[in-house]
Amino acid sequence: MEEFTVIGKRISKVDAVDKATGRALYIQDFKLPGMLYGRILYSKYPHARIIKVDTEKAKALPGVVTILTGEDIPPIRLGVYKDNPPLKSGKVRSCRDEVAAVAALDPEIAKEAIDLIEVTYEALPAIFDPEEALKPEAPLVHEDHKTNVLKMPWNLHYGDVEAARLEAAFNVQERFTTTWVTHCCMGTSGAIADVDNSNNLTVYTNTQIPSLAQKDFQETLKALGVKDRRVRVIKPSIGGGFGSKLDTYAYEHLAILLAWHARRPVKILFEREEEFLATSPRQPTVTYISMGCDREGKLLYRDMSMVLDNGAYTSWGATTPSVMMMPITSLYRVPNVRYTAKCVYTNNTYCQAMRGYGNPQATFAIESAIDMLAEAADIDRVEFRRINSNRPGDVTPQGLRITSCGLPECIDAVSKNLDFGQPREKGIGTGLASLIHVGGGARIYKSDGCGTMIKMDDYGKVDVFTGASDMGQGADTVIAQIVAEELGVKVEDIHVFHQDTDICPWDVGAHASRTTFVAGNSALGAARKIRLRLLAMASKATGVSEDKLVLKDRAFFAEGSPILPLPKLLRSSHFTPKGQMMMADNFYDPENENMGRDFRGNMSATYSFGTHGVRVKVDEATGKVEILDYIAAHDVGRAINPMLLDGQVHGGVLMGVGYALTEQVILENGRNMNPDFRDYKLLTAMDAIHSKPIVIETVDEKGPFGAKGIGEPGCVPTAPAIANAIYDAVGVRIRDLPITPEKVLAAIKKKKGAVSCGIDVFTQKEQPCE
Amino acid sequence: MSKQSLEIIVNGENYFLAVEPNCTLMELLRDDLELTGAKEGCGEGVCGSCTVLMDGKPIRSCLTLALEASGSHITTVEGLAQHGDLDPLQQAFIDHGAVQCGFCTSGMLMSAKGFLLENPHAGKKEIRNALSGHICRCTGYTKIVEAVESVVDRSQEKR
Repeated sequence: MEEFTVIGKRISKVDAVDKATGRALYIQDFKLPGMLYGRILYSKYPHARIIKVDTEKAKALPGVVTILTGEDIPPIRLGVYKDNPPLKSGKVRSCRDEVAAVAALDPEIAKEAIDLIEVTYEALPAIFDPEEALKPEAPLVHEDHKTNVLKMPWNLHYGDVEAARLEAAFNVQERFTTTWVTHCCMGTSGAIADVDNSNNLTVYTNTQIPSLAQKDFQETLKALGVKDRRVRVIKPSIGGGFGSKLDTYAYEHLAILLAWHARRPVKILFEREEEFLATSPRQPTVTYISMGCDREGKLLYRDMSMVLDNGAYTSWGATTPSVMMMPITSLYRVPNVRYTAKCVYTNNTYCQAMRGYGNPQATFAIESAIDMLAEAADIDRVEFRRINSNRPGDVTPQGLRITSCGLPECIDAVSKNLDFGQPREKGIGTGLASLIHVGGGARIYKSDGCGTMIKMDDYGKVDVFTGASDMGQGADTVIAQIVAEELGVKVEDIHVFHQDTDICPWDVGAHASRTTFVAGNSALGAARKIRLRLLAMASKATGVSEDKLVLKDRAFFAEGSPILPLPKLLRSSHFTPKGQMMMADNFYDPENENMGRDFRGNMSATYSFGTHGVRVKVDEATGKVEILDYIAAHDVGRAINPMLLDGQVHGGVLMGVGYALTEQVILENGRNMNPDFRDYKLLTAMDAIHSKPIVIETVDEKGPFGAKGIGEPGCVPTAPAIANAIYDAVGVRIRDLPITPEKVLAAIKKKKGAVSCGIDVFTQKEQPCE
Repeated sequence: MSKQSLEIIVNGENYFLAVEPNCTLMELLRDDLELTGAKEGCGEGVCGSCTVLMDGKPIRSCLTLALEASGSHITTVEGLAQHGDLDPLQQAFIDHGAVQCGFCTSGMLMSAKGFLLENPHAGKKEIRNALSGHICRCTGYTKIVEAVESVVDRSQEKR
């Protein structure tokens, strides 16, 4: 077994001291000289014509510096589909539509000015149900688009599903739904824009995509008539990401536009209510699934269709079907697969990526249906999953090449630790569910790469400039560990810079659980270049051949003894005629593939697997679900830092439990009814469950030191595992998230033949027994 | 509104200030004293990120008027470390991986500190209860609770 000095160690996050002492600076803490405070006026209606925006009274308010409406700005279109101007003119399409923006001397004046802007609307018929929006008579959200269906035809068919259906001994056919949940980053959104006298732009912003944001901001400058100026993106400490910061948003562009007009720095910072109202949640889905197997339990086909509520504009949420295809075609071996998805415009809030990128929605349907199929086939549900488990060397119908695969081990680990065979008690049940996720990048964009530059000083201290973004998950720490291991120094010798596009190289962004794999490989490649030079120099200096030299603990070792301190070698190579400094760069772009027109393509260089098992207790009198045990087994390739890995799993699991049981953004006629932490039910330390992470190391040949991604997987199979356990406990199958006590109770009563199922606490409406 | 005078001790230092009557303690700390460790996560007392100690007791600085703190001793996260030495609780958060994005961290630390001052031998359930007024979106709370527990254990050993 390889011996590492840094890899595999429980090393504290490199920024933990700053964060535990209050020194770490977030966008909330930044203030520039002369800075103004911006604020946004949102629409009153989910769908309306804007007849008039009267800003006269607001302009007259002392302290107001700039007011902008949709008529005052050049054409700028945001988002994946370029359908979203930062300020709307003509009409509004959702309650979060930006109608005007103000910059003022202080936040209170800005707020008062917003209240003084008078907007005259003419309400239009609106559409809130994505399935209704498909109908020909439905109001159009974007008239010029001619249809509410986005022109992204997600549509694949591998093998012959209909033939397989005829062949199958057992079939299930079901409908599942999921609703909006939101990231709830503890640090709210915010940005500061500053345009200098030469029209160079600096934006301080919470982003997971500094390089792509830089390009978006450049576009806005261009729309203002400024070409070829510098755009610098500075990323403060980020109070949580989870996918929310994968696009640029109106507020960032409005800060730029206001700063441009005011010629002063402008800060826009969301309050919590605004964070709920004007940021983009996870995409809701309506899923139809049918699946069949033969007499031995081998899956023969999977047939799925989905309708996704896109909301009024298009961000990355609309492309989640590209990642949903992965579990749909490739979670377990299934030879015949069909999948169609429609993303539909509605007058609801528009959606965005959120941890798992469509995978939680798809896996909820798949893994719930797997349990139902196992029951239909009368095969033990653990055994059923073993029969169909992916294996190393598989090529799935979509063309995903499975290299390392610890899924069988994950299933075994959960089975062993949860003890499915325990004697049954009333109201107590167990459930499990598995996952596949991209673990080696995901080629959604044309490049999936990350750049790294490294310089090592005369004393062996190392500066690493990475394109990667840390938002709390520990990217900077993992990169420091990888570089420290390769260069034979300590983690405290490494300083990782990831906050500034002026000094950090390009990266596509912190998404798809790709940072450890892609940025890690990029950093490893740069460090290796330096290491090879150091070894050659040390060999020359000591006369010991390179293959006999070991670089570790800041020194070169031969036959177990230190023979040359690293700093000494560095100084002698620097302070000598024709001296040299140790610097290297590396751009790593994984060998994964964009999807073809048939949606085939090996989108990730490797895949992560996992299985979760849960034991629940269901109170049959109230429908309340209590989690007694939770086992989360993950194939991570190699754990670079087991402590941070545990943190990703604990955090992911609890986010998944919230998705399963308590969380929902309640939109009524497009209006957010619970925009605060009292009514949006996040779990607290009192509700926190005892989850046990189990790490399966398969040492992936492509991963840095064998590692694969783990950022998202923790929240992927949680909801179906819990739904399956509830079924096991009380015999009711809940097909709609979140699984509230009201739904469980209604299902229990229905099963017992009762008709009255009480009041839904969220909607205050009579809860029908289905 | 006319400003009113305020005498307050923050992290051991005396301040004589004039503040608006509607100025919150959080605004005073963050904007006037530039102690930005306390964070605004919700501004309405639900998330706990703005928690500081007032005379040893954890309070929500976003719901407390600065004038209510008149004459009090306030401790913020910046005042936890003494002469550059981290408080054992801070060290425990760092060592246990209880910090991820860090936005909730200072509030968690201050509540835990105030709680442990009164309950040095608290058990896991009491710790969970004491921290239940704080929201953390990153950690699942597991390591935060473990970190606080580890400090409890040490104080028991000393006795």
